[in-house]
Amino acid sequence: MQNVITGPVYVVRDNIDTDQIIPAQYLNLVPTIPEEYEKLGSFALCGLPESLYPIRYVREGQLDSEYPIVVAGRNFGCGSSREHAPIALGSAGCEVVLAESFARIFFRNCVATGELYPCESTARLCELLKTGDIVSVDLDAATVRVAATGDVHSFKPLGDVRPVVDAGGIFNYARQSGMIPARQ
Amino acid sequence: MTLTEKILARAAGKASVRAGDNVWVNADILMTHDVCGPGTIGVFHREFGRDAKVWDRDRVVIIPDHYIFTADSKSNRNVDILRDFVREQGITYFYDVIDDPNGSWRFDPGRGPLKRQYGSQYAGVCHTALPQKGHTRPGEVLFGTDSHTCMAGAFNEFATGIGNTDAGFVMGTGKLLLKVPETMRFRLEGRLQPGVMAKDIILHIIGEIGFDGATYRAMQFDGDGVAGLSMDDRMTVANMAIEAGGKNGIFPFDARTAEYVEARTKLNGTRQTYEPVEPDRDQKFIYELVVELDKLEPTVACHPDPGQRKKAKELSSIRLDRAYVGSCTGGKTSDFVEFARVLRGKRVVIDTFGVPATPEIVHDLQNTRWGGRTIWDILVDAGVRMTENAGCAACLGGPVDTFGRINQPGLKCISATNRNFPGRMGDKESQVFLASPATVAASALTGRITDPRELLPA
Repeated sequence: MQNVITGPVYVVRDNIDTDQIIPAQYLNLVPTIPEEYEKLGSFALCGLPESLYPIRYVREGQLDSEYPIVVAGRNFGCGSSREHAPIALGSAGCEVVLAESFARIFFRNCVATGELYPCESTARLCELLKTGDIVSVDLDAATVRVAATGDVHSFKPLGDVRPVVDAGGIFNYARQSGMIPARQ
Repeated sequence: MTLTEKILARAAGKASVRAGDNVWVNADILMTHDVCGPGTIGVFHREFGRDAKVWDRDRVVIIPDHYIFTADSKSNRNVDILRDFVREQGITYFYDVIDDPNGSWRFDPGRGPLKRQYGSQYAGVCHTALPQKGHTRPGEVLFGTDSHTCMAGAFNEFATGIGNTDAGFVMGTGKLLLKVPETMRFRLEGRLQPGVMAKDIILHIIGEIGFDGATYRAMQFDGDGVAGLSMDDRMTVANMAIEAGGKNGIFPFDARTAEYVEARTKLNGTRQTYEPVEPDRDQKFIYELVVELDKLEPTVACHPDPGQRKKAKELSSIRLDRAYVGSCTGGKTSDFVEFARVLRGKRVVIDTFGVPATPEIVHDLQNTRWGGRTIWDILVDAGVRMTENAGCAACLGGPVDTFGRINQPGLKCISATNRNFPGRMGDKESQVFLASPATVAASALTGRITDPRELLPA
């Protein structure tokens, strides 16, 4: 776990549903099988239409993305409850999604799996940033600093969600905090 | 308390709860399927151990339904993972594709997509199969690894979709931590007019509040209009609560609910005792909307999301390439009856696909006669490609060989399913328009989006 995540952003708009994050044809992959977990990452966000998103989140032939931060508009992760969605993003190397709002099940799945930090931005960052811009996300301060301009935007603090994602999901968190017995 | 608060309070063992409270609730049923089941089982084994047992083998219901009739080897393997787990755990309710408990499932593409390729236990689309097989009961808590689990709210229960990790937790413990949602009330009044269906009610409501308008909230559908809605109708409405972002959709309990649940639990030998909930007089809502059913008209949600509401009659300039009737929300017997009412004696002019949600619906359609012809034959005569292989099929695209999947860019499809995000039914440059089975039928006859009232027999 780290407090500051720095890197280029990948920017999407409103209402990106989980079919666009991981198209249904790849749901034959089982996330708890390690090689299939890796493969899911290679398909992250590949359901975005090329006509709207000519730059791909994960380049052809790669398993991981060069963008550790996804910036989105409203209602990110709506639609299907597939946990493959946060897992595909996490497997591709996404560490944080900064969206104006999240759909409920996607948000919960991010926390349950500990795959990434779902942060709710107060500004409409998807209008202010473009794919490839470098930013630093400070989880402690709940701020995003844009490298080129020095502008700083805030997001809602993660609160109780932070330590669960830090721990790597609800099961690890529950063990660390003594809610369930540690593994033998 | 509202209906949702009442159920969650009971399931949490508390006298009362309020919206915003975080409570541990006991699950009555956990449902999973072939797409999320293998991952859920993986989480369960990883976290509770290889030798762990599920919390209650009578309460974990496993229904393969998504990627069944495909030659994709991983999809076929996933059904086998479910079967192995059922054997290991002694799960009581598993609706396997094949009859051999020690066998493995392989789809045979050589036999084509239309003829039945399943055994006697197979139940079809999980959300439609759950009530048919007697697993939905008023007052209960149902979790499922699928967002359309909310469909069971038609039966006066709390039903919601969860991810694999949460489901793995429920599998091991029978419990889940939930935030009690605020309740939005939709008071249905009056009666639907001919040519207008339950699908039009929910498309109207989603258009009204926006397709994230119920995020984190419960959607309670009540009012005197509910009495005129069949259980199929209520399922259609509750199914799409998630399309407004809702945590659950829920209906009050009445004689129709009781009749359905009692018949189905008895037929299948499932638990027949249940305790419905009624709202308190002082129930509090965060939002209220009156929906006058008499005034609703055939409604369409345009590409690219379920909130893009228009009236069918406003869209007659949109030319279509394809029509589709099927899925949990739109593939029930009553959906195909309305589909056939419009198509009877006529001929579709675009590629039209029909996928019944469950084998029981296939049986109904093949054995219900309308003037000498079965409903099935009426649809086939009209040029509909009807498959006996009940399942989720092309509603969510699926593997490329899925029946009805849109495999070309640019195609426009009108569909009785529940989602129309880019790529939902296949190619990500295709477009899907959501509508009732009656509107899909009328549009299939003209090749453009058509209000079914223009074509209904007088």
